Amino acid sequence: MFYESEYNAYWQDAVFGNDQLDSFRPDLIFIHTSNRNITEMPDIKTTPSGADELLQSQTEHFTVMWEKLREKFGCVIIQNNFEMPLYRLLGNRDAYDHRGGVNFISRLNMKFYEYAQSHENFYINDINYLSASYGLEKWSAPLYWYMYKYALCTEAIPSLAFSVACIVKSVFGKNKKALALDLDNTLWGGVVGDDGVDNLQLGEETAVGQAYREFQLYLKKTRETGVMLTVCSKNDEENALAGLDHPDGLLRPKDFVCIKANWEPKDKNIADTAAELNILPESIVFIDDNPAERAIVSAQLPGVTVPEIGSVEDYVRTIDRSGFFEMTSFSEDDLKRNEMYIANAERAKQQASFENYEDYLLSLEMTAEIKDFEPVYLQRITQLTNKSNQFNLTTRRYTQPEIEEVYAGTDHIRLFGRLTDKFGDNGVVSVVISDQKGKEAHIDLWLMSCRVLKRDMEYAMLDVLVKQCRERGVESIFGYYYPTAKNKMVKELFRDFGFEKISEDSNGSTVWKLSVSNYENKCKVIKINGEE
Amino acid sequence: MLSEKEIYARLNEVFRDVFDDDGITVNAKTVADDIEDWDSMMHITLIGAVEDEFGVRFKMGEVSTMKNVGEMANIIASRAK
Repeated sequence: MFYESEYNAYWQDAVFGNDQLDSFRPDLIFIHTSNRNITEMPDIKTTPSGADELLQSQTEHFTVMWEKLREKFGCVIIQNNFEMPLYRLLGNRDAYDHRGGVNFISRLNMKFYEYAQSHENFYINDINYLSASYGLEKWSAPLYWYMYKYALCTEAIPSLAFSVACIVKSVFGKNKKALALDLDNTLWGGVVGDDGVDNLQLGEETAVGQAYREFQLYLKKTRETGVMLTVCSKNDEENALAGLDHPDGLLRPKDFVCIKANWEPKDKNIADTAAELNILPESIVFIDDNPAERAIVSAQLPGVTVPEIGSVEDYVRTIDRSGFFEMTSFSEDDLKRNEMYIANAERAKQQASFENYEDYLLSLEMTAEIKDFEPVYLQRITQLTNKSNQFNLTTRRYTQPEIEEVYAGTDHIRLFGRLTDKFGDNGVVSVVISDQKGKEAHIDLWLMSCRVLKRDMEYAMLDVLVKQCRERGVESIFGYYYPTAKNKMVKELFRDFGFEKISEDSNGSTVWKLSVSNYENKCKVIKINGEE
Repeated sequence: MLSEKEIYARLNEVFRDVFDDDGITVNAKTVADDIEDWDSMMHITLIGAVEDEFGVRFKMGEVSTMKNVGEMANIIASRAK
């Protein structure tokens, strides 16, 4: 549902209020402004301090509005920065002279960025970059402004809308998580099995080799932002690994969380990769130079994103402009994700050497921190509520302000769970929110990241929940399961927990009840909150 | 030089496409009031579609003074190749 302010009424609506907007209660506000909304610019007589004052007053015009909106709605705000002006009174000097429009707009943009850096849930939609990329001449076609009051030409509207959509998608946790990469003619020029490692095109010596090397550099940097790299190649594994050890290559086998180099169909390999990483095929982007392979994967695994990547010189731009990995927030976990998945793979290897699963779990020397929410984790908690699909009983999504509200309230029993083992720290992986109504607690949210499935972490969470319920005088806990296309794995979770089913409707939604009086702790393999 | 007949035939296609109505037939006298959905927003879409069809760009003065489809056709006739 959308609410759109009347033409040029955004500032009044925000600052003085508007009944319709107030009752609409937005989850997200997009403020589409352009340099036409700057009410005063320096002129040729403006002194340096005059320009500073002007900068201050123009900045305040906007900050007043943002503060009002935050106070009133506490929701996500997306604000355009400003595109460059169409004319430059001082020519090139406009860029660095305090009287120049280019200089002033650049400084104003910096003020917006400072605000964005110091305020959560506030995001800049970078139309300065968009218009440059599109071509400022075409973007700001004056006819559209004079005739229609469009601050950009109609043809550019899709790219504007796409940019906003990328931010929204990322805020709600819908980013892609992994790249499945072909090797031959995707990461290097040539076919390693036929041409041999020495004859691949990769490195600074040739134009084509340089293009592949830059693509590898781009992927390496993408990996550092938390995107997982995987290989999906028709090759003998030995050849694939040899190619990845090419002296002029930048990506090495250890940079990949999973390498599928074999002769199986690629859709099968991608499905296996998704299963091994405990992510959905929908979270994977498949990059392959071969249109036939792309067509097969698109047809067999419709959830996977399969861009038409063009030829090697276009790879970086195609992926970069797609917004697959729009980074609206950085959590520590994002930066460590590849390491965590590699540690997971090591655990899996070790698991194979144990006869008894419980012995294996004990050997992991797991410790958990399961506590009431803490401010430092609220961002991660919000992120989890938006991206966990499989181990999620109610699939209730929360915005950060909503999580902050839950955190501020007194009627909630809230838990986050963080799991560490001898291979590493998994970070915050589980969240439970329950609403206390007298002697009853109702579980609004119970989720867990799939990276810690089958570690008994859910029992550890339940043990702590029951303990807290007892301390708060709760006698019964009510659990709710709402089926979605993705959360079948937890359909019977409450039964497994020892709850009793009290109702089921025609959609398969179920309600469960547990009396806390005769509950016995279930988790035997994780040390919780430093206790024995 | 495009014939008037050809211009109107192609304009008809554009109008039918933009307003999603195969019943539309325009002539020199057609004005916005004759077509139900022709409001200011649709006007922007229409102008863009006509420009693309004939490979012309209307000047601002032309767009703001165009009274009917006949004037649009005249501008197209004078400019399109």
